[in-house]
Amino acid sequence: MKTITFSQATLEAMQEEMARDERVFVMGEDIARQGGIFGQFKGLPAQFGTGRIMDTPISETAIVGACIGAALAGMRPVADMHFADFAGVCFDEIYNQMAKIYYMFGGQKPVSMVLRAPDGLVNQAAAQHSQSLEAFFCHIPGLKVVIPSNPADAKGLLKAAIRDDNPVIYFEHKALFSMKGEVPEEEYVTPIGKAKVVREGKDVTLVSYSMTMNLAVKAADMLEKEGISVELIDLRTISPIDKETILNSVAKTSRLAIAHEAVKQGGVGAEISAIVAEEAIDCLDAPIVRVGAPFTPVPFARPLEQAYRITPDKIAAAVRGMM
Amino acid sequence: MCAMPVRKEATLPLARYDKETLKFFYETMVKIRNFELTVEKFFFDGEIPGFVHLYIGEEATATGVMANLRKTDYIQSTHRGHGHTIAKGADLKHMMAELFGKSTGSCKGKGGSMHIADFSVGMLGANGIVGGGFTMATGAALAQKMQKTDGVAVAFFGDGASNRGTFHEAANMAAAWKLPVIFLCENNQWASTTPYRTTTSVDDIADRAQGYGMPGVIVDGNDVFAVYEAAKELIERARRGEGPAILECKTYRIKGHFVGDPEMYRTKEEVQKVLEETDPIPRFEAKVLKAKAMTKKELETIRTRVEKELAEALEFARTSPEPEVSALYEGLYV
Repeated sequence: MKTITFSQATLEAMQEEMARDERVFVMGEDIARQGGIFGQFKGLPAQFGTGRIMDTPISETAIVGACIGAALAGMRPVADMHFADFAGVCFDEIYNQMAKIYYMFGGQKPVSMVLRAPDGLVNQAAAQHSQSLEAFFCHIPGLKVVIPSNPADAKGLLKAAIRDDNPVIYFEHKALFSMKGEVPEEEYVTPIGKAKVVREGKDVTLVSYSMTMNLAVKAADMLEKEGISVELIDLRTISPIDKETILNSVAKTSRLAIAHEAVKQGGVGAEISAIVAEEAIDCLDAPIVRVGAPFTPVPFARPLEQAYRITPDKIAAAVRGMM
Repeated sequence: MCAMPVRKEATLPLARYDKETLKFFYETMVKIRNFELTVEKFFFDGEIPGFVHLYIGEEATATGVMANLRKTDYIQSTHRGHGHTIAKGADLKHMMAELFGKSTGSCKGKGGSMHIADFSVGMLGANGIVGGGFTMATGAALAQKMQKTDGVAVAFFGDGASNRGTFHEAANMAAAWKLPVIFLCENNQWASTTPYRTTTSVDDIADRAQGYGMPGVIVDGNDVFAVYEAAKELIERARRGEGPAILECKTYRIKGHFVGDPEMYRTKEEVQKVLEETDPIPRFEAKVLKAKAMTKKELETIRTRVEKELAEALEFARTSPEPEVSALYEGLYV
């Protein structure tokens, strides 16, 4: 094992996959000269040339559309969205083209590409640079959506996403880029579609992902001291959802809580709640609890953002209320 | 080459055209026309479902462009895509079966008229979203450049689609990176039911080329020779790595926006007049017969062959099975 940052982990994934497959290239805003706003592309142009690490015009629609077209013509593009919030600019390309081409054309050619989408709260960036929009993408058949919570999964899932023949949306939380963690020395990929039981427990299943997963761990530590044993599940992939891992856990603990940074209404937590309500309601000893952001845009001022933000205390309080 | 758009006419003497090219012109135009008339009939008969947009009257454009393309070149088509698909060389049987929603269709009955594609001939898809193809064609051209081929991509679009943001983002990106893509405007005068000039800032869509630092050329889109010659020059230029261009083909949509359109926005007389004066097929016939470049018999032989091919395609489509319901869940992911 070695200790590197989340940002370095994604960089290693890019380096390894670009060295492995010359069809892989990446385009986006401020990635070649600047190395990406989080340093996540630093050094790639020197290693692979600006023909494969391309600074684009500020044209998200053309970035995603061109990646789709290049994929159809035999390349394996990675599009960088700069901020996940900007995906709204090119949503037609994402949900009418990228997601549908394989199915609606009868399987003639998959759109083998990755859309990297840095998301989430950081530095009081407010309404248009802080969102967690992952639930939109889970509503679209044809896309896979992955969302790592730590450096090891960041690397393994990015490698898996690049190798996957289907279009994959790769959410990377901006506050995670500087997070350090252990990453295997040897080559590995993290399978798409498999959740991970991070910690076994017996009283309650706590499901989370991305940055919030790290807050859920802290909440579980607090609860552990109070005698509440929490089983922690890191989803890692949110479409398709690993129902089996969730249902197995709920069968054991009889309680389910879900925590995410995105707004609670219509979020991934709603889908998981519905799955468990439909398929395992008899197992439950308490109503399902969801912890998510209030139904407002992300506010700017510090006290407002703080009130909006999910914290370990909020998660722990929600779980405590189930006991 | 980035000043005001250039208006071009066909200048190559007919004697310089080889017979194969002339035959391709005629056969392709007749094939498209007859295919579309057949589709219209079976739509009204209720056998073809969904939304259908016909290419009648615009045959010379797809034909003249595609005569310059190789199988390995790519095209992005539009919701009015049958003509492009046929001219690019797609098999009529599987195409017709797709329109009938049959399992033997080129998209296994999952797409239909608005979402037809045939990757085996480089036809990367019709598009139900107006202006959906610009950026993808640009990406296909980028791939051609990265793969160091001299292939090109052609993005077909209408006058209406030139007002989509996708056009402007793709044009800038393609020009900035000198990509081998041709933006092929079929100015058929109608953005759905709206006369394009009432909602568009310029008379000629090719005017917009100079804003992106690329050549803009305007031709009579109902003259297959003019389209062919202008497309040839721009496509060869793109193959040489000299970048994108806009070719605007002035044409006219003879049929409604979709089959069943009551066409309250124009008179039958207007349409009839345009058809009589500019129909690309009789114009072609008159020109080649007058120049003795083809004989009446040669034209007739081609028409007979097309009728036979079309009859076979129709039979194939009508007798093919509908997809099994289990196919609903198949082919979402690889």
